[in-house]
Amino acid sequence: MVPKPWSMNIGLMMLFVPFSASAALGGGVASVQADQIQMNGTLRTAAVGKYTEYEIQVPSGTVVREYVSSAGVVFAVAWEGPSLPDLRQVLGTYFEQYVEAAKTQGGGAGPRVIRQPGLVVHAGGHMRAFSGRAYIPQMLPQGVSPDEIQ
Amino acid sequence: MVLLPGCSGGGGGGSAPASSPDSSSSTPSTNTGNPAPNVLAISVEPGPANIVNLVFAAVTVCPPGNGSDCQTIDHVLIDTGSTGLRVMSSVLSPVLSLPQQTDANGNPIVACAQFADGFSWGPVKVADVRIAGEQAAQLPIQVIGDPAFSSIPKNCSSTGPSKNTVQTFGANGVLGVGAFRQDCGSACVQSSNAGVYYACPSSGCQPVVRSSAEQLQNPVSMFAGNNNGVIIELPAVPSAGAARVDGSLIFGIGTQANNGLGTASVFSLNPSTGTFTTLYKNRTFGSSFIDSGSNALFFQDAGIPVCSSVTTLGFYCPASTQSLSATIQGTNGTNTSVNFTVANANSLLANNPGFTAFSNLAAPSSLVRGFDWGLPFFFGRNVFVAIEGAITPGGPGPYVAF
Repeated sequence: MVPKPWSMNIGLMMLFVPFSASAALGGGVASVQADQIQMNGTLRTAAVGKYTEYEIQVPSGTVVREYVSSAGVVFAVAWEGPSLPDLRQVLGTYFEQYVEAAKTQGGGAGPRVIRQPGLVVHAGGHMRAFSGRAYIPQMLPQGVSPDEIQ
Repeated sequence: MVLLPGCSGGGGGGSAPASSPDSSSSTPSTNTGNPAPNVLAISVEPGPANIVNLVFAAVTVCPPGNGSDCQTIDHVLIDTGSTGLRVMSSVLSPVLSLPQQTDANGNPIVACAQFADGFSWGPVKVADVRIAGEQAAQLPIQVIGDPAFSSIPKNCSSTGPSKNTVQTFGANGVLGVGAFRQDCGSACVQSSNAGVYYACPSSGCQPVVRSSAEQLQNPVSMFAGNNNGVIIELPAVPSAGAARVDGSLIFGIGTQANNGLGTASVFSLNPSTGTFTTLYKNRTFGSSFIDSGSNALFFQDAGIPVCSSVTTLGFYCPASTQSLSATIQGTNGTNTSVNFTVANANSLLANNPGFTAFSNLAAPSSLVRGFDWGLPFFFGRNVFVAIEGAITPGGPGPYVAF
């Protein structure tokens, strides 16, 4: 993945970013940078054609990727690294839905898959090697498969 | 029985069957019927939350240096996917007094344990732990759900669902006997950013660094001997499953007559992540692992239908049992073919609702690059887990062997 030119980052910096913006899944492009600030991370971007992929590296070493459609909506997020990221920040309003859905599935013994009409969450791994992804099926751009989200 | 992820009822009513404190024992507790001190009886049985494919054992916890006021805790999950001993606060006797670990300023240390399916919050305490005939002295352990530390920092609660009760955890505790010596390792020595350890003065909890020795330790690595790894030995299970399975957790690799590698092949692990590679249907899963604490084989295969019934939601439900194969390859290049079957989870449960153990239970994985070889992999095998840096006849850990 090739980092975007510097000009793209400057463009983002000029957007108004509310400091307490909840983010990112389902949110707009501004919420991506809000995530970066809240998680104290660095940001790289790459355009893949059908969407733009933002990569936030947080201090623990975990990487969070946020996928933004051409319409400017974060339709998917993914994470990978030695410890879990702030999923409340990354899933935004979908975090509570994820936690509630997990409760109805009962006690845990392995990776979780939450599959609801408006939200799909995969969360798994173990200490030192976590990964997961979440997306809103209806917001996947035309021709984009969930397998691209990692 | 609850197939996990499973029905909301949770099955098993009543409280966890915690044992009462053993106030008169002066000899190390061993499990009835164990022929050798390095052998721990383990069993796959319903457990306090009535979940299938969980393997349990009993461990004994004592105040440091005090062999009289011990408590034996049953239904502790045996987990090669995590490191350290953690017990639910609700099953501990109030007379069991364990010292609280503190930082240099006397502030209590509290841990946020991260799992695939949630977090567990609770203080780090110190205990002498007896497992079969082995002992780990002054072991940092975690007491989950301690009411004295009920305020959970957002950094911790923001990682997912909570697992702070016996019902949400599925067991009275967990014995993490994976390939690492500490639960967090260098990440928590160098930085507080992993969000695992906190110091909690009255003003509120703050993430902190912890030295290797202060973190939760792999209890096996702290034994005086037989401390370079473990072997999980579970018999094969018929295709319809079994009501209960009894086996052994053996301490040490190549240190006694009962723990040699025999014909097992060694598969080295990535020293940072503990993972290896699985090749399945022409796809490479580069972050795979063997995990006795996962209650199914978890892997991604869009060609296998997923169950739609509420009780088996989240598992695979092929129309007929699938005979499948994958290749496991260690970082040392050693590889082998592994055959496995995936049955229809609905049929398995419907045919024998009281069964606890299934060798052919599988579920879609959350992990694009991870093939999680859960408990079904262990049935009918002797699975060795060697601890990082430990010397064994098969070379140094970390590795798995089978």
